[in-house]
Amino acid sequence: MSRTRITAAVAVLALATGCGAADMTKQASPFANAQGARTVTLSVQSWVGAQANVAVAQYLLEEELGYRVDTVQVDEVPAWDALSQGRVDAILEDWGHPEQEQRYVDDKKTIVNGGDLGVTGHIGWFVPTYFAKEHPDVTDWKNLDKYADRFRTPESGGKGQLLDGSPSYVTNDKALVKNLKLDYRVVFAGSEAAQITQIKRFAKERKPFLTYWYTPQWLSAKVPMTEVELPAYEEGCDADPAEVACAYPVTPLQKYLNADFARHGGEAAELLRNLNWTTEDQNEVSLLIAEQKLSPREAARKWVDGHESTWRAWLP
Amino acid sequence: MATLTATPRKKTPPGISTHPAVRKLLVLAALAAVLTPLAAARWATGTWPGELTVDLSTPLATASDWIIDNRDTHPLFLHFLGHVSNAVVIAVRAVYLALLAVGWAGVTAVSALIAWRTAGIRLALGTAAAFLTCGLLGMWVPTMQTLALMAVAVAASVAVGALLGLAAGLSDRMHRILRPVLDTMQVLPAFAYLLPVVLVFGIGVPAAVLATVVYAAPPMARLTALGLRSADKEVLEAVDSLGATARQRLLTARLPLARGELLLGLNQTIMMALSMAVIASVIGAGGLGDRVYQALASVDVGAALAAGVPIVLLAVVLDRVTGAAGARLGQAPPPNSRALWAYAGIAAVAVAAAGRLADRLEWPDGWVVGIAEPVNRAVEWMTDHLYSGVPVVGGTADWAGRFTTWVLDPLRDGLQWLPWWSVLLIVAALAWLIGTWRTALTAVLAMAAIGVLGVWKPSLDTLSQVLAAVAVTLVIGFATGIAAARSDRFERLLRPVLDVFQTMPQFVYLIPVVALFGVGRAPAVAAAVVYALPAVVRITAQGLRQVDPAALESARSLGATSTQQLRQVQLPLARPALLLAVNQGVVLVLAVVIIGGLVGGGALGYDVVFGLAQGDLATGLVAGAAIVCLGLMLDRVTQPTERRTAKGA
Repeated sequence: MSRTRITAAVAVLALATGCGAADMTKQASPFANAQGARTVTLSVQSWVGAQANVAVAQYLLEEELGYRVDTVQVDEVPAWDALSQGRVDAILEDWGHPEQEQRYVDDKKTIVNGGDLGVTGHIGWFVPTYFAKEHPDVTDWKNLDKYADRFRTPESGGKGQLLDGSPSYVTNDKALVKNLKLDYRVVFAGSEAAQITQIKRFAKERKPFLTYWYTPQWLSAKVPMTEVELPAYEEGCDADPAEVACAYPVTPLQKYLNADFARHGGEAAELLRNLNWTTEDQNEVSLLIAEQKLSPREAARKWVDGHESTWRAWLP
Repeated sequence: MATLTATPRKKTPPGISTHPAVRKLLVLAALAAVLTPLAAARWATGTWPGELTVDLSTPLATASDWIIDNRDTHPLFLHFLGHVSNAVVIAVRAVYLALLAVGWAGVTAVSALIAWRTAGIRLALGTAAAFLTCGLLGMWVPTMQTLALMAVAVAASVAVGALLGLAAGLSDRMHRILRPVLDTMQVLPAFAYLLPVVLVFGIGVPAAVLATVVYAAPPMARLTALGLRSADKEVLEAVDSLGATARQRLLTARLPLARGELLLGLNQTIMMALSMAVIASVIGAGGLGDRVYQALASVDVGAALAAGVPIVLLAVVLDRVTGAAGARLGQAPPPNSRALWAYAGIAAVAVAAAGRLADRLEWPDGWVVGIAEPVNRAVEWMTDHLYSGVPVVGGTADWAGRFTTWVLDPLRDGLQWLPWWSVLLIVAALAWLIGTWRTALTAVLAMAAIGVLGVWKPSLDTLSQVLAAVAVTLVIGFATGIAAARSDRFERLLRPVLDVFQTMPQFVYLIPVVALFGVGRAPAVAAAVVYALPAVVRITAQGLRQVDPAALESARSLGATSTQQLRQVQLPLARPALLLAVNQGVVLVLAVVIIGGLVGGGALGYDVVFGLAQGDLATGLVAGAAIVCLGLMLDRVTQPTERRTAKGA
């Protein structure tokens, strides 16, 4: 008797689950819409600039349009994947991922471009300004070898240290060091948090260092840094990752929206599409978060109070 | 405390007992004499020979592309994995909504009353205080999210683990098949699980829950099987003689007899699930773990601590309550137990209803205490004053530099300089001396697999960090453990500290560690030491305390000084416990050295982080597999002949 019962139970289970198709690429977070509110899920990348974008967008969505906003912290490439699946609705700051753009925007059409963020990003090699002032010729890559021993650390062995950050960031540094035949070793901090902590430490001691860095970044306001000139960037010179021997390009940062959300997201999608601000605006919010340790929400409130004309234009 | 029994001492004098070791070494030497010249002549390279590696990057990249392209169309995903994923989302959501509906007062009351009935009044007060602290730290909603996720993950882990354990406990063949699998899963660092799960399920709660289940189910399975297998034979025979069917025998005799192990399994599963809750935030688990992870990104130790404390509190409360429930098992329930449960239920419902009526379901915003700022100031002060220029001893940066230059570098270079076959030989010798030929074989095969995967060099780099960290951990751990075993007061003072460090998410102290030691391998080693110390201290202290009091007494009566007692009686007798401490230390250190990839540890840890960050299956999965092999090798090399029953928690 018990066997028939088990068989029946299995059959019911199979009927209930096996026959209907369940597309897990269209699932929201279980924590979304908890009190029956309209919810938008935004992806926050690990750097503070991205937190600033999200904080302001979140504040406006909640206070002006009455949405509930969930944020998820995801690395860049997985964020594209999550965006395609609808786990998040928008990425507000993308530094250029041609491979993903091809796959999701052009081929699968699950993601659409949401326009410029208004901020221009640039990656490069930087030394602290206090060191560049003492040794002005360090800002040309040809002279870097001269200073290699000044940049040496226990981690870099006998060579100079080029400090790199999170593995999720776009970087050609290993190839650059090799192709420019520099007496340096790339030391990966493994996360931006570790890199920032190390830079702050060096700056407090006023020690020289050479680091992979990018602008806009709030830390540049706390620890002034000067860029080292690499061989100039030309279109296509970074096509082959192993052969790169030129500087990084200047990237107008982009927003991307999930295709469904872009179509049916209503006012929220419109606001996110319209969102467009300057590097100074972003840095102002970033500094409030990272240096004054305000919560992202507080920081966003402060900025919103002072820049009404800017954000009024974004509202649908 | 359980009854203390001294380990049975060997009857043979030490001269004879070394014979097997010599014999083993002779066999190994003979084998090496035959095989080494062959290998060295065939592949005359120092590192692993290129001909013996298999390049997996192309098939893995193809697999990854296939999954991404077919995830929304292929029947496997639509009809099976999609439902799994859906079920997880629905379950987590249901628990989460229920917790929100009960409100903060209700949740606190219900938890406290459950603790009261299962573990007594003191733990009930502790539980209530813990929940209120979570609210005071402004972490009520994230705590509930984590709790919802945990509840589902633990329930699934217990169900899966119990089923596997039942199979292994009742069938010898299943036992033989499952045991090596479970043994292996137990030594896997959590970080190695994440990438494959993310690829299939995408970022989010389902992936987090499933990774947690894979991580937390093995202890339940092991302990269930153990409980069923160690049931008293006489009781079973008595049941048989009464003519019970197989099912009656299982339900009325074997399972009730295994209650202790089942509860211990539950306890272990909860602890492992909680530790995974934070690591899973890397793949979008949300809740407290996500807060810790976000705070890490903005280098905000205080905020990370504010989210880390609730995790510690949850862990301590759950550990104590399930532990106390286990200790109470043997006792008869008090006569009015049912009535008391009923009162407890009524009280809980009353509090929850009151909260609902008063419309106070959400934690009031005004009742939040910000600890982030003072903590940050304290951390900053500490790192400013310790980093460098401390008179006489030098700053932490100088130590880190010297440690890297004088310990880590020579160790790494030495390991990488050794010819590959000699590394295998050393592994074999160590594993065979401590364990059996089986463990030696597994260890050698695991090490060889690393070479075949083509990550020989980074693996040896990781290995050098593990060895250095284990050495430091053991020196400090044994010293502290001995002190704790000799002084009751010291042990009482130590206990909460150990609790906190054992359950504190590693992400919380990664940043202070970088601020103190700079970026590189030194901070990874430091974090690993912090994480592995509590377990080593605990096992050492417990092992020393369990030494037969009679043996100590007789040593004392012979006039041995207390140092002599320690060296000649306590330490030799506690040898199994010390070996276990080494084994645990190695496994725990490996787990954190991998996470050290986030602070510049490089090597395999960086590859895993890179694989996760870039969605690069080829790099991440190969590194993950190498970590598995490394863990397996280290575990087998340090494994005493008797297999331990459970991972310390």
